[in-house]
Amino acid sequence: MRIKNPARILIFSLLWLLLTPAAHAQLRIEIIGGGANQIPIAIAPFRAETTLPQQLTNIVVADLQRSGLFKIVDSGGVTPLPSEPADVQYPTWKARGAVALVIGSVAPLSNGSWDVRFRLMDVVKETQLTGFAYQVTQQQIRNTAHKIADAIYEKLTGDTGVFSTRITYVVKQGTRFELQVADADGYGAQTVLASNEPIISPSWSPDGTRLAYVSFERKKPIVYIQSLLTGQRTVAANFKGSNSAPAWSPDGRRLAVVLTKDGNSQIYLINADGSNVTRLTNTGTIDTEPNFSPDGQWVIFTSDRGGSAQIYRVAATGGAPERLTFEGSYNVSPRYAPDGKSFVFIQRNGGRFNVALQDFVSRQPQLLTENGIDESPSFAPNGRIVLYATEVRGRGILAAVSSDGRVRQRFSAEIGDVREPAWGPLTKSPQ
Amino acid sequence: MRKLILTLSALAVLAGCASQDVKEQPGATVEERKPAIAGDAKPPVAVKPPVTGPVVAKPVESKPLGPNPLKDPGNILFKRSIFFDYDSTAVKDEFKPIVTAHARYLTQNRGARMVIQGNTDERGSREYNLALGQRRADSVKQMMILLGAQEAQIESVSLGEEKPRATGRDEAAFSENRRSDIVYGGE
Repeated sequence: MRIKNPARILIFSLLWLLLTPAAHAQLRIEIIGGGANQIPIAIAPFRAETTLPQQLTNIVVADLQRSGLFKIVDSGGVTPLPSEPADVQYPTWKARGAVALVIGSVAPLSNGSWDVRFRLMDVVKETQLTGFAYQVTQQQIRNTAHKIADAIYEKLTGDTGVFSTRITYVVKQGTRFELQVADADGYGAQTVLASNEPIISPSWSPDGTRLAYVSFERKKPIVYIQSLLTGQRTVAANFKGSNSAPAWSPDGRRLAVVLTKDGNSQIYLINADGSNVTRLTNTGTIDTEPNFSPDGQWVIFTSDRGGSAQIYRVAATGGAPERLTFEGSYNVSPRYAPDGKSFVFIQRNGGRFNVALQDFVSRQPQLLTENGIDESPSFAPNGRIVLYATEVRGRGILAAVSSDGRVRQRFSAEIGDVREPAWGPLTKSPQ
Repeated sequence: MRKLILTLSALAVLAGCASQDVKEQPGATVEERKPAIAGDAKPPVAVKPPVTGPVVAKPVESKPLGPNPLKDPGNILFKRSIFFDYDSTAVKDEFKPIVTAHARYLTQNRGARMVIQGNTDERGSREYNLALGQRRADSVKQMMILLGAQEAQIESVSLGEEKPRATGRDEAAFSENRRSDIVYGGE
């Protein structure tokens, strides 16, 4: 049953559905606290990179620094500047304390694109660890720098790099809401949806081409799925009552959603086109915030079936859920880690809401944050960083903490409150 | 003179019907239940009460004659908000008269449609608050259905913490936001 509302037509005309550059295109990022054992690395400017509109090495340095795992060693004042292995004078770099050195070069190609190549050198062993050559357009320069940072990060830490991934979040300014997608370093924000009504719960499709989200543009929560490639969107769930909390299955074919069409808030599974609705939970209480395991076998969720908000796990095919949290009276917003071995969530302690991590073996929660009002935790696809929303001096900002709790970052928009972050998947992008 | 007195008594009976539960009165005439138009009153005709079978009360479709009570600040129907205690979704006694009045309006106006929007204060998870807000909307809806409103007349939705009426961080603002709002179709 729908209430006819002439104002609805006006609201539709205020929505922009295509990706448009956001008015304020950058999130500012501040690093607070670093890791204890940082890898000292020097990044020599690439030969001829000043001919590019953007300095590649500045982006690589910023990426590695932001991870908190590297200490950037000064690379200035070395002549000649090395760009080939034969140029490297190892004693100089050893004296500066570097254990790794990045060298590279840039050259324009006849078809208007660029040849970019780099090598990562082991200063101690005086050998090359890795190196790649890329042919890229000018538009791909930033992304290439992120890919170089990923390669360095992977070689030296053993973990997958996430510098070339994207994040999504909602910015609120007054009564205006924008769902934005930006690079993981906060650069290049684009607007996916602009609205005069709230937008919450964005969720990335596993292949990174679509976002599911909840929009209140029709004065009730409705789940939409929008393509980031075309800007086209469809209604995934608009049943009587409230429709919310979309979560993609790992095969990208279905979503778990929360519907109140049968009375109270319950979890259902639907196809991405909105068809084939099947009920997953079956209580008269609140079941919400579903999230699939990476292997698609399980769904964790929040439920108050036991009398307080706690986290449970149920087989994706249905059955009796198992309770996972037992500490305190409010544990919500669960999200699986990419390796499926643990989950992050929000635990209320007195008046504070903190990010916590619990693995399925020990079943013990560990707090990753201590102060503040934290919400909406989201894992980076390498499982090493948790992105979440919090508040500083009354303003909504995003923050990140490494999964070992040591490195912290803050992301703030120039204007407005930022909330509801979700970290996008790893992208297998063509060269 | 006698005609005038009969007219006045017919009007008085109608006024009683509009604001109280309609009760079937043995021996009452059919004419007394029609909207009264001055000068149209007929003398009551005695009717034999039914001999067999229970008397079943039918709801009367009454149309208010005066200004729309939904928009009349002096009418309880003008009040659209029910407030809740922290972590609670139960309708408190002080708000039961408002819910009852709206339920009666729906009962008497079967074509009327309403949306009940549940809200919460901002503390905690947005999606969990959406579910709590839904409970607050459902709590009011269920009470109205028990009082005679039809399921098809009411849609209950949640706005969670997303559309706060008060933007402070103190208990006063939080209490203002723990609320269900009634919105009629066409408003």
